[in-house]
Parts: sequence; structure tokens; C-alpha cells
Amino acid sequence: MKKILALALACLMLVALLAGCASGKTDAPAEPQAPANTETPAEPAAEEKPAEITGTVATDGSTSMEKVIGSLGEAFTEANSGAKFTYNPTGSGSGITAVAEGRCDIGLSSRALKDEEVAQGLVGTTLCLDGIAVIVNPENPVSDLTIDQIAAIYTGKITNWSEVGGNDAEIVLIGREAGSGTRDGFESITGTKDACQYRQELTSTGDVITTVSQNPDAIGYASLASVGESVKALDVEGVIPTEESVKDGSYAIQRPFVLVTRQDTALSAAAQAFFDFALSSEANDIILKAGAVPVN
Amino acid sequence: MTKQRQNNILETVIHGFFLILGLVAVASVLVITVYLIVSGLPAIRQIGLFKFLFGKTWEPTSADPKYGILPFILTSVYGTAGAVVLGVPVGFFAAVYLSKAASARVRSVMEQAVGLLAGIPSVVYGLVGMLILVPGIRKLFHVPDGASLLAAIIVLAIMILPSIVKVSMTALDAVPKEYEDGSLALGATQVETWFRVSVPAARSGIAASVVLGVGRAIGEAMAVMMVSGNVANMPSLFQSVRFLTTGVASEMSYAADGSLQRQALFSIALVLFLFIMLINATLNLLLKKGGKDA
Repeated sequence: MKKILALALACLMLVALLAGCASGKTDAPAEPQAPANTETPAEPAAEEKPAEITGTVATDGSTSMEKVIGSLGEAFTEANSGAKFTYNPTGSGSGITAVAEGRCDIGLSSRALKDEEVAQGLVGTTLCLDGIAVIVNPENPVSDLTIDQIAAIYTGKITNWSEVGGNDAEIVLIGREAGSGTRDGFESITGTKDACQYRQELTSTGDVITTVSQNPDAIGYASLASVGESVKALDVEGVIPTEESVKDGSYAIQRPFVLVTRQDTALSAAAQAFFDFALSSEANDIILKAGAVPVN
Repeated sequence: MTKQRQNNILETVIHGFFLILGLVAVASVLVITVYLIVSGLPAIRQIGLFKFLFGKTWEPTSADPKYGILPFILTSVYGTAGAVVLGVPVGFFAAVYLSKAASARVRSVMEQAVGLLAGIPSVVYGLVGMLILVPGIRKLFHVPDGASLLAAIIVLAIMILPSIVKVSMTALDAVPKEYEDGSLALGATQVETWFRVSVPAARSGIAASVVLGVGRAIGEAMAVMMVSGNVANMPSLFQSVRFLTTGVASEMSYAADGSLQRQALFSIALVLFLFIMLINATLNLLLKKGGKDA
């Protein structure tokens, strides 16, 4: 009797298992319906372009832009269920080459185009600006540094806060791990690439802010959008880092995020739609949420 | 007759069913092993085994990339050793006390506490370490920054306590009462009996608990990542260091697909895997020996 019971139970489990799989399968086709429902509120925007957008938008380039371009792509495909969006994180240089050779629709660059790149017939359109705040503990009396001072601090030429007008204490350098977009941006703007003498390499913006808020002698950098009350953002060259000072270009530690296209070839319908969407005011909230400062 | 045959078929079916369930675990291990070897070897071949294992600099993103993981290996070894040095005495004496001396009430309360300690997620250990331990070390030792090998060792020592206490306790509990009674009857004191009779009798189980602790310490990533500062320095007690595990975890999300950096991360994982295999083999050996002893 017991064995029969056991078998019955085993069968029941098996059936339950299969049922689980089955319901999982039936869920999948139902999924597209959900975005379709959420599409309704976005319809007024879609009405401007009555034709359904289909096709693929291929982007290629800067790894720093991953968050911004990822959220934009997500919002775009959500509003246009027929369109596909791809992003290949290869780096600004490769992205520009890729678009020049026609291997993608839109290249992504986290620096302005060079003259010779423009001469090749490429057009750069600034999507947004990335401001990087240099942060210290609120107890730290230092509130203003020049770019040169920051570079000297991060390369280990200045090791004590007293050398830049602070307390007599060793400076603790907090940075991000190799490969981080923020690290890449900070190091390339301050000219300290591969030369930083980090005391800690942390893996997220949040960890950097927490660590700096815990240590009165620490200095770190983080995306401007994520800096809160727990740390003090330093003025750089006398300019307070704010959305406005990034936008008007007076705050120095910033870089543009650029969409690169070809002048001679028109974009495909889908790519053009994405391009317009990314530069529209609708996209501003998304860009802001992704930690950058929109310019359009 | 037919009933018996029915039962036999039933048996076979149930056997088969459980065999399949058992094979899931075996298949997972096989797939992981094969995958790690296949994806870990190319980078080692490209970099060179000697350069990879004994290189002192890890700079995968610089213009002239260097892939030496000696700092990671030494940090993992030192960190684990440190955790064992701190954690084993505490865990061992706690286990002896709980198994032999503690009253039933104390024992049940402390056992529960140890069980709870085992259940705390490692990210919580890391967070508490980051907010309390790291600033504490900075103030106590007057170093510029507390995120260091020492912080990681302390966190790991606490994390391996539960496995040491629990497994040692089980081994000590299993010592036949006759051994202890005999010792006491010969005039030995209680303490003498515990350390001269019970502990030697349970030594293989206690050794297994230490090996288990080592396994846990060397495989921990999240907690040490949050307290160790994560810079690929050669290990030193008050310096920021990077472990094998955190070496993989911190760069995996950024390393570009197919790049040598990503492949090298798999190679680090392979090295870590070999360490764990070694530890597991030691554990099996100890347990087998323990089985013969008893």
C-alpha cells in the first residue's frame, strides 16, 4: 500500500513538474500582450508616425554609455514592439570605426569626434552629458580642487590633505574597478589613465559613496546624478558641480555622449525613429534616470 | 503473484526516477567542470602558465596588459589561513564546551545562535564589515584606510565558525560514552578526559570541520569584496587586497565578450576550482580515515 502511495505521489510530482513547464510555455506567448497594453498610454506619441516601425536598430561603441543607451533602447522597443534594438559594447573607437564602415546604424562615442573623423563624413550629435563628481567626506575642510591637483592626488604625487589646504592626514584614494565607464571617464578627463594609485577599487557607485562617507580622509568619484547628502561634492576649478554647470560646460569633469552617424547615407526608418526618440524631450527623463544630463 | 510482480515494476520505476534525480547533480558538476576547463585554458595558453600563475601584476585594461594572478592566489591563501588561525581555536573550544560541559539549556540556545550565524547571507556580513569593521580597524590601528586583508580575515573567521562548531560538535557527541567513563574511572579529571580522550577520538571529524571551513573561506566572494578594498596588491595585513573570487566577480560584468581579459577571468575561476577540488579531496580522505577509525 505504502509503495502505491509513494508511486502516486511521485506521479503527482511529475505531473506538477510538467504542468509547471507547460504553464511556463503558455506564459511566454502571452508576454507580448503585456507590452501591448502598456503601449496604449504612449499612443499619442506613436500617432505622429502612423506607420508601424519595424526593423533593427544596431548600435555599437562606448561601454560607458551602456546604461543610457540600454534604457533608451528598452523604452524604444517597448513603445515599438515591431522594432529590434541591439547594442554592442566595444568602446568609442571601435564604435566610430563600425559606423564609418557601415557595420552598424548608429555609433556611440563618449568623446567628441576628432577632426579627421568628421572629415570621413561622420556626424556627431550630442545625446547627453556625463558629469563626474569628485567626492570627499563632509568632515573634510577641502572644498575646491583644480584638475591638476586632482590628477596629482590620484597619481600619488600629493599624498597628504595638508598639501591642498586640508587636515594633516594621508589621502585615501577610492576608485572603481578596471573597465568601469566612470573610471574610464574620470581618468581620461584628468589625464591619469592607468596611473592611479588606488587604495580601494570598488565595484559600484553606491560602494564608493558609502566608503567615502565612512572615511574622513577619503576621496572618490561618482556619477553626478547619484551623489547625495552623505558625501560632499568638490568644486572643480571653482565651479560647483550641478546639472546646470555641466550643461553650460563650466564644470570641467564631464564628457559628451555622442551618437555618430554617416552624412552621406540616410538612416533606416527604424534607426531614424530611434535617433529622433533619443534626442526628443521625451527621452530626457530616461537619460536623467540613467545618470546623465540631457541637453535637448 | 500478480501483486508481487506489480510491486517489482513499481520498485524499478521508482528506482529509475530517483536515479534520474541523482544524475542531475552529477550532470551539473560535469557540465561546470568541462565548461571551466574549456573556457579557462585558452587564456592560460595565450598568456603562458608560468606568467599567469606567478606574474605579480594584474593590469588587464592598461595599454600593455598584464595578467599575473600571484597576488590573488597569495591573498586567497593568506586570507584563508588567517581565518583558520582566528576561527578554528574559537570554534573548536566552543564545540568542546557545548558538547561536553554546557547544560542542556545553554547548549540549545547556543546551538540555535550558531545555526543562525550560518544562515546569515554573506552580503550582510560584508555590509556590517564595511560599516563597522572597516572604520573600526582604521581608528584602532591608525591606518589611513581600514579596508584590508585583516578586515577580510576577521569576516571570514566569523563566517567559518558555524561549520567548525557544528561539525566538531557532531564528532564529539559521537564519541562513545564508555571511553569517557573509563577515563574518569581511572581518575582523570573531566578536562583531562575531554582533551585526552574525547578530542583524540573525534579528531578526524574535527579535522573535517576545519577543511570544511577552509572551503567556505576560500570560496567566499561577496563579503570579502566589500571589506578588502579590492586592489590587486601583493597581500599585506593592512593593505587593500583582491582575492581569487573577487578578481572574477569584480571584472566579469565589464570584460568585453571574447576578450583575453574575460578568458583570463575564466582561468582564474579554473584555478579557484582546482583549489576547491583539492580541499574536497582532503575532506574525503579525512572522512574515509575517520570511518576506519570508528
